[in-house]
Amino acid sequence: MNKSFTNNNEWSEIIEPKRSLLDLKLKEIWRYKDLVMMFVRRDFVSQYKQTILGPIWLFIQPIFTTFIFLFVFNRIAKISTDGINPTLFYLSGITIWTYFADCLNKTSTTFISNANIFGKVYFPRLVTPISIIISNLLKLGIQMLLLTIVFVIFFILGYQKFTINITILLVPVYIIIMAILGFGLGIIFSSLTTKYRDLSYLLVFGIQLFMYATPVIYPLNSTSEKLRNYLLFNPITSIVENFRYSLFSQGEFLIGGMIYSLAISLVVLIIGVILFNQVEKSFMDTV
Amino acid sequence: MSDIVIKVENLSKQYRLGKVGTGTLTQDINSWWSRIRGKEDPTLKIGEKNDRTSKGESEYVWSLKDINFEVKQGDTLGIIGKNGAGKSTLLKILSKVTAPTTGKIKVKGRIASLLEVGTGFHPELSGRENIFLNGAILGMSKNEIKKKFDEIVDFSGVERYIDTPVKRYSSGMYVRLAFAVAAHLESEILIVDEVLAVGDAEFQKKCLGKMSDVSSKDGRTVLFVSHNMATINKLCKNSILLEQGTILKQGITKDVIPYYLSPTQSENMITHVKYDIDNSKPFQITEIKLTNQDGNIFNNGIITDVDDFYVDISYLFNQKIHKCHLTLIARNSMAETVFFIDRTDFHKDFFNADIGSYKTRIKIQNPLLKEGEYYLSFGLSDNQTGVNAHKFDVIKFKIEFLKSTRNTRDGFLYLPKEWQMLKL
Repeated sequence: MNKSFTNNNEWSEIIEPKRSLLDLKLKEIWRYKDLVMMFVRRDFVSQYKQTILGPIWLFIQPIFTTFIFLFVFNRIAKISTDGINPTLFYLSGITIWTYFADCLNKTSTTFISNANIFGKVYFPRLVTPISIIISNLLKLGIQMLLLTIVFVIFFILGYQKFTINITILLVPVYIIIMAILGFGLGIIFSSLTTKYRDLSYLLVFGIQLFMYATPVIYPLNSTSEKLRNYLLFNPITSIVENFRYSLFSQGEFLIGGMIYSLAISLVVLIIGVILFNQVEKSFMDTV
Repeated sequence: MSDIVIKVENLSKQYRLGKVGTGTLTQDINSWWSRIRGKEDPTLKIGEKNDRTSKGESEYVWSLKDINFEVKQGDTLGIIGKNGAGKSTLLKILSKVTAPTTGKIKVKGRIASLLEVGTGFHPELSGRENIFLNGAILGMSKNEIKKKFDEIVDFSGVERYIDTPVKRYSSGMYVRLAFAVAAHLESEILIVDEVLAVGDAEFQKKCLGKMSDVSSKDGRTVLFVSHNMATINKLCKNSILLEQGTILKQGITKDVIPYYLSPTQSENMITHVKYDIDNSKPFQITEIKLTNQDGNIFNNGIITDVDDFYVDISYLFNQKIHKCHLTLIARNSMAETVFFIDRTDFHKDFFNADIGSYKTRIKIQNPLLKEGEYYLSFGLSDNQTGVNAHKFDVIKFKIEFLKSTRNTRDGFLYLPKEWQMLKL
């Protein structure tokens, strides 16, 4: 009756010290898709419980930032907006930039802020950053709605012509590239910060500085030729520029830049996922 | 087809002591460099036994070292051991929270762990929302939870509050709800760690019942960690005893528990202990003897049901102490407390001690205890400052019955106080 077996296939799982670099367990993540949605819901619902304004806060944040940018960069510093209505110029830049910054910011603390729950239950750790990307997508959706409303109001009032062109159909692509890049960088940082906390400090002001290296408050073609070449190294530059081109038909459409951004994003994503998977097995001992 | 569902092979886990920070980078580069050259990681060669009381030489300790065991389907395995023996580490590796350093575990079926109930409960969300969230964290799909929702709510007994945020729950309700979710998991293997420490007696009973159902009716496998030997004894057929990261004993629970109590497991009884006098301590126990009426020590440690016996405790005060307290606790070989007596049972209050030696003689009238081995613990404490000089399980003796028929009866004590019969 005690037939000895050497067949390992009988075991449904083998817990081992290290797993291969490319064993990404994507199937397992799919099995936990309900958990992803549950986390998204939790983030969204819990964030605005016991607030009076609730999700209206999502409007207030970009509106105020736009006002400040208008005041500081337009009125005081008199930085050109390339003939685009300054309010729409800043609002559009903030909307798409904020999505990237939030994705990066929130996913970069995955391990540290979830150490409590990760220390007790196993589920594929990638579920957490994925849910962050999705809940930020909802936030982006609401802020896109704000941008649309402001655009329509300005159009009706005659401040803005109907400048939207066919490339507007590429907006989902812009968002996907932003999401991949924010996610990839975020999980790289979250993996490294489990051991070296210094990086979390670096990231906080790093994101702020990064915004100035991206044409959010200035148009790309207001910069010098030399500076422009440096700026184009930044994979987000062409996304922000192309997003504005789609809305305002101003500046130029950087098709090569977009392909470059996509390529960089995918490389970052792959490095991130591999690193994340290596760290997730033992981070409880070092966090 | 073998019915082994968990097979642990040469499992070890190494931890680094002290702070992680300075030096980690060089250490990392070191072990990474030797790994890519295909050599053995230098940090794995070092490391010592995990003994928390002694100061070790090395920064690395083995929290688990070469653990091997198997668990059969439908079995409830108890895991026991003192604090720091490696129980939690073992469970963490089993539940994939952390990875082993070397060795592997083969598993058949889904593992769900209840390392602490209520993991992932969000205080702002209602009980209903948390059932879904917690269920999903534990690996259930939305449909599975929906199917079991009513059962979960019913088991938890918090139906009235199901739409209230859990931050308004009492801690008891919180645990009830959390345990209810976990208990309804559809996993083949369930890992439970000390969850029964909270909740009222009624709910604890319910949990224990559910756990034995899970293994006996559903044929699921349960790994259970607890310090409560009575619970382990009740729930688990087999147990493993961990000590300093290695398995000291494994087998039938009844045989393992005595090793937990006295790891040396010497056959010798201890009826006389003497302690060196240490004048730096405010007070201490100096000598304990188990004697008969004439003051002679029971040398072989065997006391029959017709002998009365006396516990003689000598103790010493190096300074004046107010509110002194002396306690005697007897435990059986299953670590269950058989009786607990202290000075206030006989005197009204705590006592004030002057400098000098004292002696207390406690008479235990037989027949009282059933046959078996017993351990005595002593507590001498200063209730004002909380300073104590306790001695745990220092006396060991055996009760043997001359009248053998009494031993087949159930119960802890044998108490023939008075029995009258009248014909009316």
